Amino acid sequence: MEASIDISHFLAGAVLALSFVLLYQARLFALFNAFAMQSTALAMAVGWQAYSQGASHLYITAALALVMKGMLIPGALRWVVVKMGIHRQIDPVVSVNLTLLLGVFLVILSIMVVFPVARMEGGIAREDLAFALSIILLGMLMMITRRNAIGQVIGFMSLENGLILAATGAKGMPLVVEISVAFSVLIAFFVFGVFIFRIREHFDTIDVDALSEMRGDAE
Amino acid sequence: MTSFALILILVVPAIGMALLALIANYRIGSTLNVLLSATAFAGACLLFWAPMQAGSFFLIDSFNIYLVALNSFVGLTTSIFSATYIAHELEEGNLTPISLRFYHALYQAMMIAMSLALLTNNLGLMWVGIEIATLSTVVMVGIYRTPQAIEAAWKYFILGSVGIALAFFGTILLYLTAEGVLGEGIPAMTWSNLQENAARFDPALLSLAFVFLLVGYGTKVGLAPLHAWLPDAHAEGPTPISAVLSGLLLNVALYAVLRIKMIMAGNTDTIPAGLAMMIMGLTSLIFAAVMLYRRRDIKRLFAYSSIEHMGIITFAFGMGGPLANFAGLLHMTMHSLTKSGIFFAVGHIVQAKGTQKMSGITGLAKSHPSLAWALGIGVLAIAGVPPFGVFTSEFLVVTTTFARQPVLAMILALGIIIAFGALLMHLQKLLFGEPGGESHKVKASALPMFIHFALVLLAGLWLPPILVEWFKQVAEVLG
Repeated sequence: MEASIDISHFLAGAVLALSFVLLYQARLFALFNAFAMQSTALAMAVGWQAYSQGASHLYITAALALVMKGMLIPGALRWVVVKMGIHRQIDPVVSVNLTLLLGVFLVILSIMVVFPVARMEGGIAREDLAFALSIILLGMLMMITRRNAIGQVIGFMSLENGLILAATGAKGMPLVVEISVAFSVLIAFFVFGVFIFRIREHFDTIDVDALSEMRGDAE
Repeated sequence: MTSFALILILVVPAIGMALLALIANYRIGSTLNVLLSATAFAGACLLFWAPMQAGSFFLIDSFNIYLVALNSFVGLTTSIFSATYIAHELEEGNLTPISLRFYHALYQAMMIAMSLALLTNNLGLMWVGIEIATLSTVVMVGIYRTPQAIEAAWKYFILGSVGIALAFFGTILLYLTAEGVLGEGIPAMTWSNLQENAARFDPALLSLAFVFLLVGYGTKVGLAPLHAWLPDAHAEGPTPISAVLSGLLLNVALYAVLRIKMIMAGNTDTIPAGLAMMIMGLTSLIFAAVMLYRRRDIKRLFAYSSIEHMGIITFAFGMGGPLANFAGLLHMTMHSLTKSGIFFAVGHIVQAKGTQKMSGITGLAKSHPSLAWALGIGVLAIAGVPPFGVFTSEFLVVTTTFARQPVLAMILALGIIIAFGALLMHLQKLLFGEPGGESHKVKASALPMFIHFALVLLAGLWLPPILVEWFKQVAEVLG
């Protein structure tokens, strides 16, 4: 039992550490690689939960994380960047040091929020929730500090990794597999098909800042 | 009976949705869209005779029957309005036949998803329903493919996803809270079980779950400071979508918050859920009322007005108690009917004048008298002028608050008055003066908007006793 909890903490911690790695990437391809690694770590964490809880349906979620987010999506993103000739450097709005500092602060915050309230029964709840909440908040931080559409998408997907981690950590939660499938389909269709291509049709850059100038309600 | 009604509301439109995606002729598509919406409305009416029950997937109680009926009614009138609206957009070349196929299919997807969110007893499914409804509106907001529309859709998507994520995390926390008491699996996700056993839950964990759910679903309700997506999404999408966003989707998100609040009410040691809602509601009201003054775009103006009214409704429900809940329910209904009616009128006006800028829309009373009447009636109604129903419900909210929290009632009344001034100021400029800019004939059907305004007027003059009884019953349930 103890070892099982240790392993699940180790894997969740790896996902969290990779969230930090995502925060400071300045090149798109490096960002994709870091994201692929995070998703692989997530797949292992979910796989371990499936094994230790004896919940075989979670293997589907794990496989999905590995194949979709660990391989297909980063590959497709690379293809999009090359195909559309997108600038491969990303300029963060906030400096890297400050972003990392904020990230540490967010992790402390989630520990402070979760630890006093969550109980320790069964061993999963407390730490897993703190890990998951940290990953979610770091994903949001990334969406705020990256003004670039692809950066924001990666931020959203890493946030979603945190959600999957939380959902699989909650023993016996219904609909987890369905929701993870829905998320993957959503990301695949939505992001690639609809938005990035359309944005590309109209702008030379997919920097969201360029969009903000088009506001309909100039004050 | 119940299953037949559910088939009409959920299954028939789902089959129709697949058909709509395949039909190339937009006339057949829009007619089918109206028919499907009518089917769903018929199903919703049948629910009034269905026995109240709580299964592991579906929940039928007086609260959601009323909202499903309201939703599918506005869905039906909007589909009628939409049929004439899109014909004009097609002529202008703003939309292509292919994008219309998506438009109609997504319209049904959105309606089904909202009905699912309302009717389900499973909190996970409720989340899925709100989720799908949001995403289908994101695509529809971006359907014009102009830079502004894409910006609005992107902003909506990003902020919506953050809301979605927080609400999902809250749902997981709620499941963990319930799992400790009810055991693993479906029962710990079933709303009626949660509500019955709330007293045995760990209050700290339950409170934490509530905070996440309030912020997550609150983003969808458009409560300040989480409202940033709302004006853009309303302004840049097709007008029928603005009507359903304001009239329906905001209500559904608020419904989710209220369901969670009902669970919280069963546990005495939690943080005060109502207080948080009251604060957010008042903030939204004051903020939106002030923002109304400097609007230049007519659809943005009414989008801010929606934030204002959702603020009032959230405040009323936050205060709680039979009277305030009654006022909140009535205001929810009146706001849905009036605001979607206004958006129908705005849709016609924008097509008639070829612009959304209010500076380009002047002197409507001279150039388009019937539209001027419609807009005038609508704006007076939403601003809270008697004898319209919005006056009745706002009056009820303010007087109830006076009896319990006089200071808050002052703030509430102040917000309503500020908004009133702003709306009348804009209305005066839109209706009177010399007609300027382009002017086209309007062919679209005025029927839907006049039905809405007539209902609002009727509610202001005479509330049917059956409706009063029904709302009283729901207000009791809401606690």
